Amino acid sequence: MRAELYHRSVVAVLILLLTVPVLATLLYSLSEHWGATILPDDLSLSWYLQLWQDSAFLAAFGRSLAVCLGTLLLSTLIIVPAVFVVFYRFPGLDKLMNALILIPFAVPPVVTSVGLLNIYADGPLNITGTPWILVGCYFTIALPFMYRSLANSLTSINVRDLMDAAHLLGASTPAAFLLVILPNLRKGLMASLFLAFSFLLGDFVFANLLAGSHYETLQVYLYNMRQTSGHFTSAIVMSYFLFTLFLTWLTARFGK
Amino acid sequence: MKTTSLPLAGKPAVQVRPRSRWRHWPAALLLLPFFAMLILFSLAPMAWVLINSVHTEQGLSLANYSDILSSPFYRQAFDNSLRISVWSSVIGLVISLLGAASLRRVSGRLRRLVVSITNMTSNLTGVPLAFAFIILVGTNGALTLLLRQWGVIEDFRLYSSNGVILIYTYFQIPLGVLLLYPAFDSLDDDWQAAASLLGARLWQYWRYVGLPVLAPAILGTFILLFANAIGAYASAYALTQGNFNLITVRIASLVSGDIFLEPNVAAALSVLLMLMLLLVTAVNQWLLKKGARHAR
Repeated sequence: MRAELYHRSVVAVLILLLTVPVLATLLYSLSEHWGATILPDDLSLSWYLQLWQDSAFLAAFGRSLAVCLGTLLLSTLIIVPAVFVVFYRFPGLDKLMNALILIPFAVPPVVTSVGLLNIYADGPLNITGTPWILVGCYFTIALPFMYRSLANSLTSINVRDLMDAAHLLGASTPAAFLLVILPNLRKGLMASLFLAFSFLLGDFVFANLLAGSHYETLQVYLYNMRQTSGHFTSAIVMSYFLFTLFLTWLTARFGK
Repeated sequence: MKTTSLPLAGKPAVQVRPRSRWRHWPAALLLLPFFAMLILFSLAPMAWVLINSVHTEQGLSLANYSDILSSPFYRQAFDNSLRISVWSSVIGLVISLLGAASLRRVSGRLRRLVVSITNMTSNLTGVPLAFAFIILVGTNGALTLLLRQWGVIEDFRLYSSNGVILIYTYFQIPLGVLLLYPAFDSLDDDWQAAASLLGARLWQYWRYVGLPVLAPAILGTFILLFANAIGAYASAYALTQGNFNLITVRIASLVSGDIFLEPNVAAALSVLLMLMLLLVTAVNQWLLKKGARHAR
């Protein structure tokens, strides 16, 4: 009995530690004023109304969505065929691929930014300050998730037998890939896309260093709003947080 | 060539044909954009950093490194980064270890709730996290006011190294729980029963059975938390507006600051940061090997 009580209280403390900052931000964003009292004075949605009518916020949100969705579309078009080719034609490459996709994961983004800023500031590829450089970096962020999850899906189905069966029935290799293999990858692909999306939406380092005010994304906008009312910034934080929650929920649904 | 159905030691049938090496060039073309993106945005920047860290006005030299190591300012940045990463990883590790251990002993519903809360809160990082903490424990934060009213504290200095440790610890906990929780599967409940039958107290069970079995998972989690903390930039930058001296903050200000830019020094700092990561990983591997020998 004593042990049970102990375990329950540890778990309760853990829940408290993790949720208090979120709940405080939520309460703050919902309160008109919160002065020297323990609880806020008036509850209202006015900060959210103000936020969702702010054109700078909507523009930043739109830019974030555009660059993230664009990256994921490009990543899908590049990574899905590549993983399939590795598994079907060059299985020996899988080891090398696994090592390569870990590099963007192991190297801190700040370090990568140093090289990127200097390579793409001038010369033939002058893309610093444009969304294109973000699309490139975000590709490398999404890569480990997408490659791993697609590789897992391909291991769980028997690619060679499925392809042979499709060939026997008269399908060409591209047709067999599109009609037989792709539907089998859909679930894993969707789950990894949602996961990567919430990661990309949370990026501040690349967005701030490589694009900054030239292409103000959601996180950079949030940072630039630091001088405004705490109620207003907490409304931004909560809107962003609820949006990523929605994405996590979708991930869980598609991952089942 | 209907060899696919024969058990040819798992070898693909196509390898039997002559000139098979060149048959797949259309397939290899599909790998081209993949490698192009990887090289352009991952390998090339890495190579730039490595090459330019030894690049100075006098040609190739280690001057950038000696400048950094002889500067008290940069040494302080290393000191701060190292201290904050170690402390936040250790505190985060202890909390998530206790949490994960207790998580196994509560009802399934509560467990699922906690797992989804950890999943949820693992999204709260970087700038939004810093703002949440400013609202909660900043100079006029709700909790600060509350504790001041109760007379518990004079003032909590969130914009100091303790504040940065607090924020880092917060984002380490969900990661730690998610990584450690599955590791407890390797502990057999019967072992605890056997230990207590043999007269072992609870702490003796953990000291001689539980923790040694969990050691590889704990060390592995520590490395990930440490790497997570030492490469972090957004939370500390947003909290202190870049006034807190960390390696990542220094690197960023050397390539995009308002004063004068020194990308080569930034490159050398980056290399030192990665060497530190490598060193910690190597020590970890060595400890693991030593532990494995010990267990035999």
